[in-house]
Amino acid sequence: MEKKGTRDFYGKTLLELGRENARIVALDADLSASTKTCLFAKEFPERFFDCGVAEADMIGTAAGLSLCGFIPFVSTFAVFGTGRCYDQIRQSVCISKSNVKIVVTHGGITVGEDGATHQMLEDIALMTSLPNMRVIVPADAHQTSSVIRFIANEEGPFYVRLSREKFPVVYDEKNTFHLPYADVLKEGRDLAIFASGLMVHQALLVAKNLSKMNVDAEVLNVASIKPLAKETILNSAKKCKIAVTMEEHSIINGLGAQISSLLAEEFPIPVKRFGVEDRFGISGKPDQLIRFFELNPESLSHKIKLFIEKYSK
Amino acid sequence: MQNELLNLETVAYQIRKEILKMTNSANSGHPGGSMSCVDILLCLYSKFLKHEPNKPEWEDRDYFILSKGHASPALYGVLAYEGYFPKDELMTFRKLGSRLQGHPERLFLKGVEITTGSLGQGLSVANGIALGLKLKKSEASVYCLIGDGELQEGQVWEAILSSGHRKLDNLCVILDRNGLQIDGFVEQVKGEEPIEEKIKSFNYNVIKIDGHNYSEIISAFEIFKRTKGKPTFIIANTVKGKGVSFMENNVDFHGKAPSNEELERGLKELDEHIERLERARS
Repeated sequence: MEKKGTRDFYGKTLLELGRENARIVALDADLSASTKTCLFAKEFPERFFDCGVAEADMIGTAAGLSLCGFIPFVSTFAVFGTGRCYDQIRQSVCISKSNVKIVVTHGGITVGEDGATHQMLEDIALMTSLPNMRVIVPADAHQTSSVIRFIANEEGPFYVRLSREKFPVVYDEKNTFHLPYADVLKEGRDLAIFASGLMVHQALLVAKNLSKMNVDAEVLNVASIKPLAKETILNSAKKCKIAVTMEEHSIINGLGAQISSLLAEEFPIPVKRFGVEDRFGISGKPDQLIRFFELNPESLSHKIKLFIEKYSK
Repeated sequence: MQNELLNLETVAYQIRKEILKMTNSANSGHPGGSMSCVDILLCLYSKFLKHEPNKPEWEDRDYFILSKGHASPALYGVLAYEGYFPKDELMTFRKLGSRLQGHPERLFLKGVEITTGSLGQGLSVANGIALGLKLKKSEASVYCLIGDGELQEGQVWEAILSSGHRKLDNLCVILDRNGLQIDGFVEQVKGEEPIEEKIKSFNYNVIKIDGHNYSEIISAFEIFKRTKGKPTFIIANTVKGKGVSFMENNVDFHGKAPSNEELERGLKELDEHIERLERARS
């Protein structure tokens, strides 16, 4: 599978949207070269606002622009675009239901060498807790484009989490987005794997490994963590009767917690959450960190096998 | 002109009566900081702000942001007297089912541009509106009222840096400098002076006025309208609890409603002010 950057496709799509719609504006907090809003900034300098290193101010400014009929896309790293300005997102965006699109890059441990301070593992928890906020983690670069186009045309707040690293694409360029979004990428009957972001392509590799161990896994991309595509998720749960979740986020209050809550209420089955345990990240190369946190296909396949055995006795 | 100003001042005292009644009836709310800014708000809405009470979302309107959202009773009082909703509705303040939420909410009441309450956020929003208006080549302005306790929030300084940097001359910030915050005198809790020099150094046009003197309020807004190339910052020296002797400069009335007995005494004092103004007018 070819590797492509979600942030590169964000930058490209935002630029296209800028050409199509004069109401699109972009804001960044001194990271436009990294988030790729620089492409928009270069062509539309009058519609681009570099807010400097001031994320709280940036969120409020975006809310103000939306009140004049503009559609602001706000970008920075996941850690600065959520925790740093949570109260501003809560009040000026969510309670006010402003038409602000927060699109962050550098989510999760694959930020790599920068270490714990920059590896955001709690953003999904923060953003899903907010009423009126919709939370999307695209599974690849192509889906990122369709997500960005979708949210530009949908009124109200969105949070979209992208990555620093390029990673393999699972969709072709024709992917179209809708809400809620979950789709079955591989059918199976023994185990349901619910994954988000760059863990989706990992999940497909896990499923390959598992098939060699006679486990026929179903793999789903749960791209909208809020709202959840309940029906699709429940259908897979009912078919497989045991499930795991995979995310590049704390297992506390991320995708795994959302799926577990849904299943506990609607169709209780064993669920194992894979992600980062209750701890912060550390410095290292992205692929080293994936192995360090045991999110590589080999470790996951092994742990899943043990989990299935535990419940088949 | 003189009679017009006396008339405005009279209405401001009537709105202060509403503030006492609303907070008494809700048995909560923030009367002190509402009474300090009501003259400024009334003057702004009745003489400067381009707005249509029957069409709050009129595209060419000026915008007003009450960044110190706890002064909602003052804003609601002014909006009711300007015709946004019936005055009777003021007594629903803070009660279940009311459009008049404890702090002003955009989704509840037309005329409230953005929800405020958690301090420090309004000026960033006002900056965004000012940028949006310039981008649309609109002639409209945006006004933002902040509190002096609120000035301790770091985000306000981020926003002041932004608007000075971007030379937002369609933005007018008014500081309700009543000198008190919940824990005491602002200058004792965390001193802010010299405010004028500080704000000037951020590339702002700074005007200092008595926030209860209508000629000075009007002249400050007129200077704002004429100023090009930089935003305006009006330091309005005010009195917390203005108009009721036992509430004036009394920090206890920051976030406490008057009791029934205090309400009665307060209304009596406010009526005396109104009678005095009516005598001056005739």
